[in-house]
Amino acid sequence: MKINTTLAQIGNRRDSTGAISFPVYYSATFSHPALGESTGFDYSRSGNPTRQVLEQAIAQLEGGIAGFAFSSGMAAITTLLALFKSGDHLIVTEDLYGGTYRLLSDVFCNYGIEVSYVDTSNIDSVREVIRPCTKAILCETPTNPLLRVADIRSLSELARTRNLLCIVDNTFMTPISQRPLELGADIVIHSATKFIGGHNDVVAGLVVVNKAQLAEKIGYLQNAMGAVLGPQDCWLLIRSLKTLGLRIAAQETNAQVLAQWLTTQPLVTKVYYPGLLDHPGHKVQKSQAEGFGGMISFEVNTIEIIPRVLRQVKIISFAESLGGVESLITYPWTQTHADLPIDTRERLGVNDCLLRLSVGIEYVQDLIDDLAQAIGGEDDAQG
Amino acid sequence: MLKGKAFNTRLLHAAADRDPFTGAVSIPIYQVSTFHQDPDKPGDYDYSRSGNPTRKALEDLIAQLEGGSRGFAFASGMAATSSVLMLFQPGDHLVVSEDLYGGTFRALTTVFDRWGLEISFVDSSDPEAVEKAINPSTKALFIETPSNPLLKISDLRELVKIAKQHNLMTIVDNTFLTPYLCRPLELGVDIVIHSATKFLNGHSDVLAGLVVAKDPELAEKIRFLQNALGGVLGPQDSWLLIRGLKTLGIRLDRQSANAQIMADWLRTQPWVEKVYYPGLETHPGRKVLSEIASGFGAIVSFKVKETEILNKLVRNLTLPAVAVSLGAVESILTHPITMSHAAMAPAQRDKLGITNNLLRLSVGLEDPNDLIEDFKNAIN
Repeated sequence: MKINTTLAQIGNRRDSTGAISFPVYYSATFSHPALGESTGFDYSRSGNPTRQVLEQAIAQLEGGIAGFAFSSGMAAITTLLALFKSGDHLIVTEDLYGGTYRLLSDVFCNYGIEVSYVDTSNIDSVREVIRPCTKAILCETPTNPLLRVADIRSLSELARTRNLLCIVDNTFMTPISQRPLELGADIVIHSATKFIGGHNDVVAGLVVVNKAQLAEKIGYLQNAMGAVLGPQDCWLLIRSLKTLGLRIAAQETNAQVLAQWLTTQPLVTKVYYPGLLDHPGHKVQKSQAEGFGGMISFEVNTIEIIPRVLRQVKIISFAESLGGVESLITYPWTQTHADLPIDTRERLGVNDCLLRLSVGIEYVQDLIDDLAQAIGGEDDAQG
Repeated sequence: MLKGKAFNTRLLHAAADRDPFTGAVSIPIYQVSTFHQDPDKPGDYDYSRSGNPTRKALEDLIAQLEGGSRGFAFASGMAATSSVLMLFQPGDHLVVSEDLYGGTFRALTTVFDRWGLEISFVDSSDPEAVEKAINPSTKALFIETPSNPLLKISDLRELVKIAKQHNLMTIVDNTFLTPYLCRPLELGVDIVIHSATKFLNGHSDVLAGLVVAKDPELAEKIRFLQNALGGVLGPQDSWLLIRGLKTLGIRLDRQSANAQIMADWLRTQPWVEKVYYPGLETHPGRKVLSEIASGFGAIVSFKVKETEILNKLVRNLTLPAVAVSLGAVESILTHPITMSHAAMAPAQRDKLGITNNLLRLSVGLEDPNDLIEDFKNAIN
């Protein structure tokens, strides 16, 4: 069955009424038929029918055996970090979402979880920092915001030989384009707020695994720590998944056109998009994913332009987040990556001239016109 | 504007009760993840994990009701508890009520232990036992009162006194009483936690946790953790909880009255071995509770004499659902050792008296005569 068929059918005819759209089960608790007997549902934190449909769907899409839904992408990562204990060491992609960095450096470091940040697009730099107490590689690919591409096969292979878990944040690609478990990874994470939700209206996180033992551990932690996704938001994500294939295709097509257009703009000094032939990760991306995604980052020649661009965009919204049908522009320096230390940001190239564009499904010429007038146009805020 | 207003009035008007754009008296559900930023004029919201207007209305409401500086809404009571526990560091020691919700016991003993959090479980209804358990690395008292499922009463005034002497933080799980009946922050407690799934929401249809802190500096730390860890409550559930809170006062009045009737009745039944309800004259915590709270709540636990009775009740009762959870408009009967406290180590359960013949009844809004009739029919 093709993935678009699977997506369209999620939740269909799963209950006795024949409802095509699976119901939203608001019930917090479930009556037991008798002592020691259960319908399979006892308490919604431990399991909820609507959440189960979503969790099974994402597991199937990612090629895993079990999925887990959380109240945010950060709640998903927090729960996964509880797999580790004081003294454990993790290897983490250096240019990653600022919220993940904050969680590791300001919260979990207090619990004695040690982290080395490396360029995971370079397998040697990953290998070099492995220590006896290293337990996992946590990798984002393509990275946020610089869209560096890590080779998931090599990382998984390295992880396997050194007995580490390989965890891949698949937020930027979604299972439509990239399925890390099939490439050898152990755990996939999503900020489902982004492309999976796709409408800028749900905050959610998802996790998928393909090993029974890991599934059991994560299920235990999901229930014990309790940061589960509510039924209404689960239902909205199920609804979102139905159009995931169409949305990603449209967003990617638009992104390719916009990225190429940006490379021709005199005030734009650099364009980061894995779909561009000269992107250093282009080849690896092509070998492990079926697309290049809807995210573009670019640098302008001077910081002076930044306020103008952010003020002048009319269709594109100046907002954090990404992946929705509405295009968004983000200034990582003060928004998504403000939590990274300044020297780290500068070393990585997350500088004060960098803008990140999440390309939506608007008509692409309208987006080009909007960016053109914002980047190059007169500043009408003065008028 | 609400200063000096009665609790039941504040329940209706302390949240955003007038939408500035439309005048709507019910706050809209902001089902949105991100907010457009005006580069010249930063707004209050940028990303819903960090802050969402519907969730904020709920958070302001609970802060107001508990008398704290700030409130926080989480995806579940356990997400609230987990986030608060993240305030501590490896090597820190907590003194915790021994008779407490099984899920809290599980989080403390099987999740937070890996990060070196040390716990002493004590009978917190005995202030001396609490004081004895304090050591140089103790950082906080974590108290559940009335306790779950045995309804032991801790004297929060005494515990706060001890905590202050030893420079400890006091954290109270106020799920069973709610701010309608007891406001721990007014007694000097630092943090209140709720499984809002229970009485605060009251309709068995939302899973949620709430936290209120008194001190703004402490509140800021919790805000940081709520955002960083991300266990937040969604907008739809936030809205349902605001809606649930509107009737908290009248629900609890009726549920407590019904619970008193049920406890009195159960006590006279030949098949009942013991009834635990703080509203009974014979309950050892009755005096303390009547001094620190304005009611006894709606949870009644009882032990039956024979397993046969247990089986009859569970099989034959038609009104109370046999289920976990509590605090709802519908009565719920729970068998703690296989349900709410299955996660607690058997040795710990035995020590506390959480035995196979113990049942916990969360009394709802059904007419108590119907409930009594249902019990009678189930037994015969």
